[in-house]
Amino acid sequence: MAALTPAPAVLTDSASAPAPARPGRPRRVRVWRGIVLLIAALYFLVPLGAAFVFTVNIPNVGFTLDAYTQIFTVDGFVSSLALSLGLAVATIVLVLVLLLPAMLAVRLSAPRLKPVLEVLCTIPLVVPPISFTAGIYMLLPWAQDVLAPTPFYQTVLAIQNQNFPVVLVLAYVVLALPFAYRSLDSAFTAIDVRTLVEAARNCGASWPRVMLTVIVPNIRSGLAGAAFLTLALVLGEYTVARLLGYLPFPVWIVMISGSQAQVSVAVSVFSLLLTWALLLAVSSAGVRKRSAS
Amino acid sequence: MTGRSSSERSDRPGRVRAARARPAGWLAAVPLLVFYGIVFGGPAIMIVAGAFTKEGRPSVDNMVESLQGGYLTALLGSVRLSAVVAVAGAVLGTFLAQAVVTSRSRLLRESVLTASGVLANFGGVPLAFLWIATLGNAGVVTTTFGLSDLGWSLYNFWGLALVYLYFSVPLMVLVMAPALDGLKPQWREAAQNSGASTWQFWRFVGIPVLAPSLLGGVVLLFGGAFAAYATAAAMVGATVPLVTLQIGDALSGNVLIGHENVALALSLDMILVAGLVMAVYLPLQRRSARWLR
Repeated sequence: MAALTPAPAVLTDSASAPAPARPGRPRRVRVWRGIVLLIAALYFLVPLGAAFVFTVNIPNVGFTLDAYTQIFTVDGFVSSLALSLGLAVATIVLVLVLLLPAMLAVRLSAPRLKPVLEVLCTIPLVVPPISFTAGIYMLLPWAQDVLAPTPFYQTVLAIQNQNFPVVLVLAYVVLALPFAYRSLDSAFTAIDVRTLVEAARNCGASWPRVMLTVIVPNIRSGLAGAAFLTLALVLGEYTVARLLGYLPFPVWIVMISGSQAQVSVAVSVFSLLLTWALLLAVSSAGVRKRSAS
Repeated sequence: MTGRSSSERSDRPGRVRAARARPAGWLAAVPLLVFYGIVFGGPAIMIVAGAFTKEGRPSVDNMVESLQGGYLTALLGSVRLSAVVAVAGAVLGTFLAQAVVTSRSRLLRESVLTASGVLANFGGVPLAFLWIATLGNAGVVTTTFGLSDLGWSLYNFWGLALVYLYFSVPLMVLVMAPALDGLKPQWREAAQNSGASTWQFWRFVGIPVLAPSLLGGVVLLFGGAFAAYATAAAMVGATVPLVTLQIGDALSGNVLIGHENVALALSLDMILVAGLVMAVYLPLQRRSARWLR
């Protein structure tokens, strides 16, 4: 691999040579672009700024950071955020555990399954989450009735545990499948899976070892993308949790918004910054990898 | 160590190895398929079965009811809102993408695309609160400029459209930026050398090449706005008739008991509408891939 990386010196030189000066663009184009960018900046930045002002400026009182300091003391903040993070981790693990072997299998030994997998991982995009939720809402009591005489009854009850609703993890895995699949698929396309796996197997590596030390490092950027998208999805998910009656982070924000408007807006700003930081971390990791190879 | 096991492996007859590898490879996809069948197939069957059952007997009454009166108004309201958001978002997003793609500033380009990646995933509850803090009744911009006296309200159809554009425009930028990058400068030069005006270039070269991406983007935006529930629920409650809000109300017991099956019928209506729109998207995506490589 390393032998391939240094590019011939001549090529790099010509690539980095300054481009010939372009003829000046018409003034009209520059003005037009300035207007578009200005409107966009106003539209996207004003709500962010206004939301921040809203949280720190109480009418007739003035500047205060109370809304931000209160976040951590408001009842339910820690437990709902912990629940959301726990659900996110469980969802990411389950998505990857289910998807990685299946995607590897369609590339190595069952290519005819590939279109099937593709369709299965596209359908959840078409079904609106609320419709899916309506289906789960009706399925759970039905399953309880039907499975009551069997040992599975306990399972159905267990997945609805208020402290850690596994049913939400299951639903989120379905919702995250399309995004995780796309992200992993592009990572798999960029490497020669078959050669890598055969080389590793020929050297006597076991399947778990092939997965962990050969496949996973090579699709790191795809894994990071899949994990990020899943994390963002679970941390922001409201529909399923609200209608099935659980209390993760987004449902909690709405619940407190009635009594503490400023705190709920402060938490919203906080969650946007958190998502932003995560995305930057993921994309910069991807860039570093690309420039290294 | 490695030498020994690799020679062991090569000593084995190839036929045996092939026979062993094939079922094993296929089996790796089984957990995903089983999971999918239960977690996605189960609710899907419940939706269809419930939508066509009334008081325990097969019936199309639910479906008929879901297309009448207030339910029909809500369904049409959702379609109208999604259409407005999709078209407006597509136009604005394309202009923004063009302004960014043609810009010589690399920093501007990178930051806008990264920001688009974040904002396109920024839906749900925090989005609603961001805008409530900005343009809601007690919002910063509303109170600063005294907009309430001018009859401004965020909690209606157009307010919702304004808020939905906040994640739709960035999504369109993400869709259109690669397509606009694929519009080769040579085509433009060739058109100019042949005496074409700017308008003629766009009319006969630019728009036809971009059309599949444009329409694909419109479809994605439509789907996103159509399925959105959290933002609308946190923002307008029930003042704007939307099908997602109707389903949410039916499931959280805000309406008469026994209407769950109408909620399922509405869910099925939603899936059909979203499916029809998506069916347009997939062939288009394949067509645009032909020009943009």
